[in-house]
Amino acid sequence: MGQYLEQPLSWTNGLIFAGAAVALLGIVLFFVMYAIFFQRKILGWMQLRIGPNRVGPWGLFQTVADVFKLLLKEDIIPKKADKALFIIAPVLAFVPSFLVLAVMPFTENWHFADIGGGLLFYLAISSLTVIGVITGGWASNNKYGLIGAMRGAAQMISYEIPLVLSVVGIILMTGSLNLIDIVEKQQSMGVWFAFAQLPAFIIFIIAQLAELGRSPFDLLEAESELISGYHVEYSGFRFAFFMLTEYVYIFAMASLTTVLFLGGWSPMFGLDFIPGIIWFALKMGAIVFFIFWLHATMPRIRIDQLMKLGWKVLIPLALLNIFITAIVKTAFM
Amino acid sequence: MGAGKELRTEEMVLNVGPQHPSTHGVFRLVAKIDGETITEATPVIGYLHRGTEKLGESLNYTQIIPYTDRMDYLAGMTNNYMMVHTVETMMGIEVPERAEYIRVIAMELQRFASHQVWFGTYLLDIGALSPFLFAFKDREKILGLLNELSGARLTFNYMRIGGVKWDVPEGWLDRVKAVVDEMRVSIEGYHQLVSGNQIFLNRVKGIGVVTQEDAINYSLSGVPLRSTGIKWDLRKDMPYSIYDRFTFEVPTQTSGDCYARYVIRMEEMTQSLNIIEQALKQFPQGGEIMGKVPRMIRPPQGEAYTRIEAPRGEIGAYVMSKGKDKPYRIKFRRPSFANLQILPKMLKGASMADMVAILGSIDIVLGEVDG
Repeated sequence: MGQYLEQPLSWTNGLIFAGAAVALLGIVLFFVMYAIFFQRKILGWMQLRIGPNRVGPWGLFQTVADVFKLLLKEDIIPKKADKALFIIAPVLAFVPSFLVLAVMPFTENWHFADIGGGLLFYLAISSLTVIGVITGGWASNNKYGLIGAMRGAAQMISYEIPLVLSVVGIILMTGSLNLIDIVEKQQSMGVWFAFAQLPAFIIFIIAQLAELGRSPFDLLEAESELISGYHVEYSGFRFAFFMLTEYVYIFAMASLTTVLFLGGWSPMFGLDFIPGIIWFALKMGAIVFFIFWLHATMPRIRIDQLMKLGWKVLIPLALLNIFITAIVKTAFM
Repeated sequence: MGAGKELRTEEMVLNVGPQHPSTHGVFRLVAKIDGETITEATPVIGYLHRGTEKLGESLNYTQIIPYTDRMDYLAGMTNNYMMVHTVETMMGIEVPERAEYIRVIAMELQRFASHQVWFGTYLLDIGALSPFLFAFKDREKILGLLNELSGARLTFNYMRIGGVKWDVPEGWLDRVKAVVDEMRVSIEGYHQLVSGNQIFLNRVKGIGVVTQEDAINYSLSGVPLRSTGIKWDLRKDMPYSIYDRFTFEVPTQTSGDCYARYVIRMEEMTQSLNIIEQALKQFPQGGEIMGKVPRMIRPPQGEAYTRIEAPRGEIGAYVMSKGKDKPYRIKFRRPSFANLQILPKMLKGASMADMVAILGSIDIVLGEVDG
């Protein structure tokens, strides 16, 4: 895919490129539908119940039915809401979540933009979503929504820092911000960054959960305190957009983790005959499962404890990791 | 902001409830919050008020019993007992031994089931999803046993003045024994899942502290009282029914926080199982289930108040009789209502997230709060 970007723009490659983007959107939407389905199934199994099994065979069309329900619902905008902001907020939240996939290399050939600062692009764009969250919470003129949005802003901005710092070690070892280079470095080293950069991996996983707002850091939704946080006033397809954002981010974050720490598309145990895209899907699936697993197990952390963990534990640890990586690199490589 | 000019902030009044997932019913809390810190909290209650006490004045004593089921709908058996115990005391009715044993087994099963609901919903308040489903799944077995006994899962209407309505079904005692063994395994599972979780401990340790002095001044009872280090359990200190025949511990903690209340409730569940096991061993072979009770229940003129230890604290019934078949006045001491009074004090300075942890740790049932 990437090679089309390097050619001069013509109708042919422009259409191919646009078509590929639509195809990716289709894949992502498919993923979201079945991620929600599997989340419910996994939660069901972990909680000794069956989970959705009514709509379609094994309940496979449950989410499809849910999405149709959301799309057909009446579009409610609260009277005292800030109309313009209320309408634009779900879009502000969703666009960056899909945009980050532009730089994601699924295999060495299956990717869109192969830009030098791919990782930087991802981190920069993904932090834009917080604007959508704050706008949504503020515009809906609801106190719970406002508290949820404030928490969301504090949480996402605080955890951006350890997230970025934790990958600096990888950047140092690779010497590049390009995601394909990072995977190739892991292939040439013969070891995943998950092991070579173990502290960074742990910090990244924790910060990633906080960025995603998933359990145990699901404070911005916190249904037992804030009912559902920033999107409490949203319903119908606007709510669906927020929901979509959340799961597209899971897709994106799990992909990024796979690329950065789990060797991307490179095969395991020398099983080269299995295509890279399958390996990628398997590793990503494992991360997604891990996120759902935590959702079933963990209580929710409190906002001040979350801040303390971020600023007092994760950031110093990430800095220490950078320091040690730098020393090792200058001394031995 | 220039020098000397401060950012203008203001307090926000937040209405929590009556429709809110963590108020355990139709409880409303008007909280003034400064950021996420609660500066003042005012509980507003009465959304579920049904006037049970007034209704009781126009009913005869047997007819009042089903109304008590509906006050604390998670502990119908103990509520039944509270009512019949007062009337039995007034009339000096002797309850047959077999009935007493059935009552104790039923009440302890009830206590266990009630604490299971608390465990599940409390963890749900804290943000963990699964314990709720595990606890409810296990509780189903106990409700099944009580269903076999009385024909209902929540509103049993099982006890009668002078005994119980039905004798135990065939093989019921063996099934109780089997469920008790299963529950011991379940409790072990709850501990493994929750008790050591650092996030959980951070959420409950040192939160919602009640001092011993406050606990007494606010007339707390049950677990909130015992969490401050006061060893007071009516089953032990003023034994009613046949509780003096069993050996069991009254767990206490000294820290008075949410964690203390968690530990005590979990331990009380084990103690309830101990009592059930002993009662099963001592269970009399034969005998009546109803004592000698006059056809018309007319307690002699006068008044009486008896209290027992319900899962949520001391529950008592005050009955004033003019010698008629209906009480002249009836009054229930409802532990949820009494324990709730300390909430504004506990919430002051707590954060929004602590609010649900503190409210949940008191373990209120709105049917009982509103009466």
